[in-house]
Amino acid sequence: MKSSTEKVSYKTTVPVFTDEMKKTYTILAPDMLPYHFDIISVVLKRNGYNVEILRNESHNVIEEGLKHVHNDACFPALCVTGQFIDALKSGKYDLNKTALLISQSGGGCRASNYVPLIRKALRAEFPQVPVLSLNFSGLEKGSGIKITWSMLMRFAFGIFYADAVMSLYNQCKPYEVNEGETEQARNACVAYIKRKLVGKGYANYKRVIQYILSAFSKIERRDEKRVRVGIVGEIYVKYSPLGNSHLEDFLRGEGVEPVIPALMDFVLYCIVNTINDKKLYGRDKVKASVYALVYKYLYAVQKKIIRMFTRYGFEPPHDFETLRKGADKVINQGVKMGEGWLIPAEMLALYESGVENIVCAQPFGCLPNHIVGKGASRAVRALCENVNIVPIDYDPSATKVNQENRIKLMLARAKELLAEK
Amino acid sequence: MEKLLGIDVGSTTVKTAVLDQETGNVLYTSYQRHFSRVKECVVAELEKIENLFPGEKYKAAVTGSAGLGIATASKLPFVQEVQASFLAVHEYYPDADVVVELGGEDAKIIFLTGGMEQRMNGSCAGGTGSFIDQMATLLDLDVSQMDALALQAEKTYPIASRCGVFAKSDIQPLLNQGAAKADIAASIFHAVVEQTVAGLAQGRKIKGKVLFLGGPLHFYKALQKAFVQTLDLSGEYAVFPENAPVFMALGSALYAAKENAYTLSEMLEKIKNGRGRDEVTRGQPLFESQEEYDEFVERHKQSDLKFADIHTYTGEAYLGIDSGSTTTKLLLITPDCEILYAHYQTNNGQPLDVVVEKVKEIYALCENRITIRAGAVTGYGEDMIKAALKLDFGLVETVAHFKAALYFNPKVDFIIDIGGQDIKCFKVKNNAIDSIMLNEACSSGCGSFIQTFAKAMNYNVEEFSRLGLFAQKPVELGSRCTVFMNSAVKQAQKEGATVEDISAGISSSVVKNALYKVIRARSAEEIGENIVVQGGTFMNDAVLRSFEKETGKHVVRPAIAGLMGAFGAAIYAKERQTREKSTMLSKAALGEFSYTAKGVVCRGCTSHCNVNVLTFANGEKYVSGNKCERGAGGKKSADDWNIYEYKYHLLRSLETGNGAGRYATNVQKPLGRVGLALGLVTFEQMPLWTAFFRELGLETVMSDESSRALYYLGQHTVASDTVCYPAKLMHGHIESLLDKNVDFIFYPCESYNLDERAGINHYNCPVVAYYAELLKANNERLTEENFLSPYLDLNNLALSAKTLKKTLSRYRFTEKQIKEALEKGLHALEDYQKAVRRKGREILSGARMAGKTAVVLLGRPYHADPEINHGVGKLLTSLGVAVLSEDSVASSAPVVETNVLNQWTYHARLYRAAEFVCKHKDTQLVQLVSFGCGLDAVTSDEVREIMERNNKLYTQIKIDEINNLGVVKIRLRSLLATVKGSKEEK
Repeated sequence: MKSSTEKVSYKTTVPVFTDEMKKTYTILAPDMLPYHFDIISVVLKRNGYNVEILRNESHNVIEEGLKHVHNDACFPALCVTGQFIDALKSGKYDLNKTALLISQSGGGCRASNYVPLIRKALRAEFPQVPVLSLNFSGLEKGSGIKITWSMLMRFAFGIFYADAVMSLYNQCKPYEVNEGETEQARNACVAYIKRKLVGKGYANYKRVIQYILSAFSKIERRDEKRVRVGIVGEIYVKYSPLGNSHLEDFLRGEGVEPVIPALMDFVLYCIVNTINDKKLYGRDKVKASVYALVYKYLYAVQKKIIRMFTRYGFEPPHDFETLRKGADKVINQGVKMGEGWLIPAEMLALYESGVENIVCAQPFGCLPNHIVGKGASRAVRALCENVNIVPIDYDPSATKVNQENRIKLMLARAKELLAEK
Repeated sequence: MEKLLGIDVGSTTVKTAVLDQETGNVLYTSYQRHFSRVKECVVAELEKIENLFPGEKYKAAVTGSAGLGIATASKLPFVQEVQASFLAVHEYYPDADVVVELGGEDAKIIFLTGGMEQRMNGSCAGGTGSFIDQMATLLDLDVSQMDALALQAEKTYPIASRCGVFAKSDIQPLLNQGAAKADIAASIFHAVVEQTVAGLAQGRKIKGKVLFLGGPLHFYKALQKAFVQTLDLSGEYAVFPENAPVFMALGSALYAAKENAYTLSEMLEKIKNGRGRDEVTRGQPLFESQEEYDEFVERHKQSDLKFADIHTYTGEAYLGIDSGSTTTKLLLITPDCEILYAHYQTNNGQPLDVVVEKVKEIYALCENRITIRAGAVTGYGEDMIKAALKLDFGLVETVAHFKAALYFNPKVDFIIDIGGQDIKCFKVKNNAIDSIMLNEACSSGCGSFIQTFAKAMNYNVEEFSRLGLFAQKPVELGSRCTVFMNSAVKQAQKEGATVEDISAGISSSVVKNALYKVIRARSAEEIGENIVVQGGTFMNDAVLRSFEKETGKHVVRPAIAGLMGAFGAAIYAKERQTREKSTMLSKAALGEFSYTAKGVVCRGCTSHCNVNVLTFANGEKYVSGNKCERGAGGKKSADDWNIYEYKYHLLRSLETGNGAGRYATNVQKPLGRVGLALGLVTFEQMPLWTAFFRELGLETVMSDESSRALYYLGQHTVASDTVCYPAKLMHGHIESLLDKNVDFIFYPCESYNLDERAGINHYNCPVVAYYAELLKANNERLTEENFLSPYLDLNNLALSAKTLKKTLSRYRFTEKQIKEALEKGLHALEDYQKAVRRKGREILSGARMAGKTAVVLLGRPYHADPEINHGVGKLLTSLGVAVLSEDSVASSAPVVETNVLNQWTYHARLYRAAEFVCKHKDTQLVQLVSFGCGLDAVTSDEVREIMERNNKLYTQIKIDEINNLGVVKIRLRSLLATVKGSKEEK
């Protein structure tokens, strides 16, 4: 038995998505980020990818997920796969002209395995359907979306804009005087952003953000104090209503203002991790220095957006450098799998901006969350007096009553504290 | 003045309290079980109050886990349970520090002083009232009997406390082995305490004045005792209030003080007219019409067996016994397979007694006409029954079921058996068992789940299942672990589902669970064409119908579906008997049969198994519960065939210096003492860091050997109750090092492991990579000074040296010194790995010479820890098999390209080891998977695929803190039986 250097392959051939197919194929994308995917899908459309965001969330979505994904795989994988299979079975799409699109992070978390897991799920019933990967780490060459510099920049600004809309919607909706006004503002902004993103002026962020801020500032709002609840956690269940049983809506129904940190922070977190990889482990120096430049640029934009928010009297997005400093108090920035150090960092930033109640949303049994969610919350509590963190597990069989009970428990105490003030 | 009314609707009970608002005096309280008829029960209770205080006005509030539905429907104010108990505590016990509260389904802790915090059990925690109920059912006791028994206990057994399903699989073998009920009862209460401490306190100590609330803590003295003992509370610090059961009702009454007042009739009106949210998904009825049902019954009648009259028959007969987990089955057949005698009963935890009684009955019926030529036994209790009755044969369950199924359909290609606690399915290819799927510990308990549930709803199981047959709108309960189903059922009840709908829903859930979670079928075609279903659970027509509906196929259910194991055993006895006379105890000998049971701890090795010794009247002994044959009084265990033992001893021997490795001896006059934990990332790297520190002149101290006790030592700092057991054990390792007064503990963070060039990247799993962060954040004893956890990438020697220089700055080493030490360390690691490979070769060639089967037991390096693998390796050697590990063979197999991302160092070894097994015909594979390991959800599917593509068997074993090798044994024996079968054919 001497050491072997041969290779053996068990790879099954998968349908490849060719440039030709762009013309005729419909590309389905999961409903991961309700604000963001919709907005940035126009960029993909502009580049010839006919993307459609799925909105199906019937009971069958979860059933299909359970059937097609391993019992112990994480809940997001189950939701995404279920949503795809349910759509493919709906009869709405020509199965020979349909492809699937999923983002892929490429880290040490099992989430980077979504693409192979989905392919596996498709193998029996839909072998002809190609799966495209949207990633920035060079994975799945050949069936990834070809990312150009211009697309990348449009994505980045799209995320900034979508973040602004998400944040302002949440800041206005609970306080609106005239029912429906916030939706109107949101819809107007989304339409405006979509126009901008496909045109030349996409990078003129001052103008776009100005437009968004002004639209929302016109909403008539009640001046009252409400309990604010921050949502942190695993990226899918943090944002996706399918994943978190419509957590935002539930909170609003309880008279709460939900506070959801920006997606851009996750993007910056990924960029910074590559830079840290060089610092901690001496990895890829060239990549790290390019990323450092990108980071510098995006951070400068974030700073300006923060200033504009403040001028309008709105709560601005978190300052990424503040997040990093916060993280250093609790955990090492070397913890980079999944949402890693970003979770405790966001907890601290939320607390500092006066949000004392935090839901930490995580898929049941999520590996990184053992460390950064449940594992780190004790350290966060030690730094923040009165902080109220509830970890909520999301799982296909976790009952809604159970989840809601837990959140209600947090709210009971939060409302009491608010009354005392 | 108005009165205050608190209504607490829990998952199993309704509590009410009436207070005088002015004086605060408690005027009335009540406590009532609601048997899932929540609304009716609340109405009845309120009507009682109306009769007591007619015409009064009340300010009322509702609380409790099932209260939300009532409150929303009736628009009465709702107060969160913890909030309610908080108010009551404030009122009645203002000096309490901690409140521990157990309810029917919930467990809570409120820390009142020193930073207020509230904790509630997670979605996977069953250590509560209904858990206790479930366990009592299992012991065939009511809870108060169990409580009384527990107080007389002499010892406790370790029972997994995380959820009922796990505990069940710990308890069942104890019962089958004849452990004393009193001891088991006490163990159950201890498990509940552990669950509360581990699952809820999570790193925070429960101390000061502790207030215990909730029904179970009020009623069960043994539970009280267990809590007081475990938390080490002296007298006045443990408070068990008189009004504990209605405490939350009192709290919600206090909450109601600021609400509007109503008369009770107004309130009753509201509740009666309130409509719940109908969010429960409904499925199709099982049968549309009576005709459909009749056709179904008629069709299945065709697979009945013939009976022969035992009272008149003269001739030979064969006896088959199936001693299952919860039931015992006996069957006596003629040589033509006609049934002379059949018996099926729950064994009430006393399988041996049942068998002895029934065999006596058979002997009596046989008179002198019938001669029993041979007898065979299968099932959980196989070994014990075989030893006690001296039966001719024992066989593994899967083989028994296959034998039986063949009789009914010689073309059978798929067999599924759902029993009380197990689901077993296997495919048949070329007349042999091909792939076996057993339920993993996480979804077991399906058949007995229906039983437990029927009992909880006050029905017997037959009646309960019959109700489901014609349900109009069966509820959809999902297809997961039954513990989850439990709360789904509760939710359905809250939404007003009928018993019929729930019964049908449960049946269909059991089926879905089997199909999609155990078999993991993607479509019905995959399963097979000629399906035989069996096992007691399929006697239930609702389950059978659900199965046919779900698969879209007509299947064969023999009328003796529940007796198939016994039938197979009888056929086996018939086929195999060669002796003139059966070895079975004769009628006379059986008449004098008696035994005593005693539990002892085996000191044969470090495993310290809790073994049970049955002593029969003739002085012969039967030992069970042991992991290796040493405990059974046999010869020395065959450790030489077991590379897991070898690896573990090699690593442990680094500590004392007796073992191999070039840095075996500790340094003289050390600069300091460094603690190294033998777990997770520093398990395989132990030779590296030992050599590294010794080279630098530090003394290395290794953490204690893992054990249950070590786990308990660190349990209070475990932050996440669903993390894998190897990670949980780390907390104990750290505590043990802290107790050894080391200068510091070294435990690095490594995103990347060493690059073995076997995949597209070489990550560690997130838990292995960053567990240091979690340990630091949750153990108060760890500081920046005594816990050093640098971020390292050992592939980059220069940078690692730089980082380590900084980490160890207190010793002022030069970078060169560190670098040299690190190089020596890496050499030591290489030496270790070489030694493991050498040993692997030795074992394999030895096995070939001895004609033994070699099994490559796939795992992670730290699975070599006997507390983690629970002696699976030993079990294999005791079955006559040689045991290799993934790391002993991986490097001699090609690098494998997989469909999934092959990007973790330890996992890449699994694929290569699988490839190795495929290339070497005389080896087999078994994969060890830790419960909760998310990465293995990915790798196990992939390994299975590699094996299947090469026509090799895939066997997976899930391990956790549970200590039950029964299921594992069946699985391994089935594997070996199949291997042997295919060898014989060739």
